[in-house]
Amino acid sequence: MNMLEIKDLHASVNGKEILKGINLTVKPGEVHAIMGPNGSGKSTLSSVIVGNPAFEVTKGSMTFNGKDLSQLSPEERSREGLFLSFQYPVEIPGVSMVNFMRAAVNEHRKYKGLPALTASEFLRLMRDKRKVVELDNKLANRSVNEGFSGGEKKKNEIFQMAMLEPCLSILDETDSGLDIDALRIVADGVNKLKTPETSVIVITHYQRLLDYIKPDIVHVLYKGRIVKTAGPELALELEEKGYDWIKKELGE
Amino acid sequence: MNNAEKQYTDLYSRFSGMIKGNSSDVMNSVRDRAMDSFLKLGFPGKKDEKFRYTDVASCFAPDYGMNLGRVKPKVNPYESFKCNVANISTFQIFTVNDSFYTDMKAPASMPEGVMIGGLHDMALKYPELVGRYYARAACADADSLVAFNTAFAQDGVFIYVPDNVVLDKPVQIVNVRSSEGIDFMANRRLLIALGRGAQAKVLVCDHAQGDSRFLSTQTAEIFTGENAVLDYYEVEETDSSNIRMAGTYVRQEAGSSFRMSGVTLTNGLTRNTIGVTLEGEGAETILNGLVIADKKQHVDNNTVIDHKASHCVSRELFKYVLDDAAVGAFAGKVLVRPGAVKTDSEQVDKNLCLTKDARMYAQPQLEIYADDVKCSHGATVGQLDESAVFYMRQRGLSLKEARMLLMFAFAGEVIDSIKLEPLKERLHRLAELRFRGELSKCNGCRVCKK
Repeated sequence: MNMLEIKDLHASVNGKEILKGINLTVKPGEVHAIMGPNGSGKSTLSSVIVGNPAFEVTKGSMTFNGKDLSQLSPEERSREGLFLSFQYPVEIPGVSMVNFMRAAVNEHRKYKGLPALTASEFLRLMRDKRKVVELDNKLANRSVNEGFSGGEKKKNEIFQMAMLEPCLSILDETDSGLDIDALRIVADGVNKLKTPETSVIVITHYQRLLDYIKPDIVHVLYKGRIVKTAGPELALELEEKGYDWIKKELGE
Repeated sequence: MNNAEKQYTDLYSRFSGMIKGNSSDVMNSVRDRAMDSFLKLGFPGKKDEKFRYTDVASCFAPDYGMNLGRVKPKVNPYESFKCNVANISTFQIFTVNDSFYTDMKAPASMPEGVMIGGLHDMALKYPELVGRYYARAACADADSLVAFNTAFAQDGVFIYVPDNVVLDKPVQIVNVRSSEGIDFMANRRLLIALGRGAQAKVLVCDHAQGDSRFLSTQTAEIFTGENAVLDYYEVEETDSSNIRMAGTYVRQEAGSSFRMSGVTLTNGLTRNTIGVTLEGEGAETILNGLVIADKKQHVDNNTVIDHKASHCVSRELFKYVLDDAAVGAFAGKVLVRPGAVKTDSEQVDKNLCLTKDARMYAQPQLEIYADDVKCSHGATVGQLDESAVFYMRQRGLSLKEARMLLMFAFAGEVIDSIKLEPLKERLHRLAELRFRGELSKCNGCRVCKK
């Protein structure tokens, strides 16, 4: 069965249409990369998949593990196993990482009919998962993303991914703002969390991240449509030649 | 003179003999003058800048009963009241309406010279000591609510901590009400005097609840001697039948520190007037306030910090969370008098309006008549951060829960400033219950009617 199936998806923000007919199918275990020039709609696509209310779906359908996403709230999509690593993780002063994650993990457990974790079980889980991205214990005790460096924020995203064990993770420019070491740690983290059943959509501008997280399929998103789909060699070609040849192919 | 005023001036002319006959000389000595002043001032009108957002006259319009003959209330607060702030190991005292509850359990041993008791009794026993402070901070000539309260008040609480005595245990004053179904008014005084170098912590819990209308006026007068330190906390957990008109007037001598946190969790209509005068060099004032209001609750905090001396520090942090059609008002005036050089003053007022019907009126006011001072203020009114709400929902938290966490975080900043650990913990819990709408249920903290 397909994990994610997007058909003829149109979406707009503030009345402006950004996505103009997206078709995308992700099967369990696959890693997809979505590339494309600035403003092509990559972040909009990730926002729409996870149900950001700032965007309006005007046409088309999205199903996730057989469920119609349009019928699910953002939190239900999360509990169904959808995860977005935000391009700009939000700082939430006064809400501790511990409380936030405990609430999130227990909501996911409740959804699955599992009992809430005890305090000690939860802290053990935090400790284990922190190791995935070498997240400092001090950060785990601070307010969510508050005062975190760019690299720490991205590590924190992957840490949350580790805590929630999603079946489909969307990494929205997770490589932006990362130095080489942080990039490697974050990518290693994603790879450690990868199982044959879980899938990843990597949104990026650069081949660099794809050296670490190897995609099975690469898409080019341009002006709100997926205009090219190929194997991993496409990313290398884009890195080398840019997007002009694709625009030419499209007759622009 | 309007009808609301007339019923009280008439009452006073008919019953002033009875009021005085049941009161101490100390309190009587300023009574007539206070009534004269009330006659002159009347209740503040809407044109009065300090009362723009609270209609005082209509609060006083109903025909309330008063206990002028000082009939001993029948209620036993020890039986009916369980403290919400558990394990605070306080010295707990009660007022029922405006009467000090005299059958109190033997107090824990007090350091020598410390006096805690009913204002009426203390004024009879120690007229000279009480007279040194009574009506010396709250000015009946200029403020009609102080005038009103001074004219009618007969009792309350007196706390005196002599020079260099440190009172380790917090003193908790619990105000409960006993009005048995009739509309009732209580006029209460609180007098706290700390000698030079003395230290104390006082927690006042306002728990008046019931099914008829209840109006309480309270005038608190606080004196901190040189280098004295007072932590003063007020927690209001009344209900929609309550009107609270409270004034807190503080006079600080050099080097003293007054730290106040006022929390309104549940109420009907509340007006808190806070006036702090920094009279000696190097004194410090910290005023913090938290308001959580919904339905048609109304909370008006009006503060004035008067920097009379040099090198003083004042800090204010007030936060309101307003839901439904609640109304909040905050006015913060900082007055820096000529000569009050090196004043360091900072005021922050942050407010959340959760609905379109909720209203917040914020009025920062700086008046500076001295050079070489540092003063800042900032006021914001806003909504919850939608991007933070969505971020949390993406992690699986429900919309409601995400909003809750943001509200706890918002309120938490004020609660975290509280230095009394058990109170801090308890308030975090109470704020959570309050936001979840569970505080209206009986949770052992109320005057149960069982």
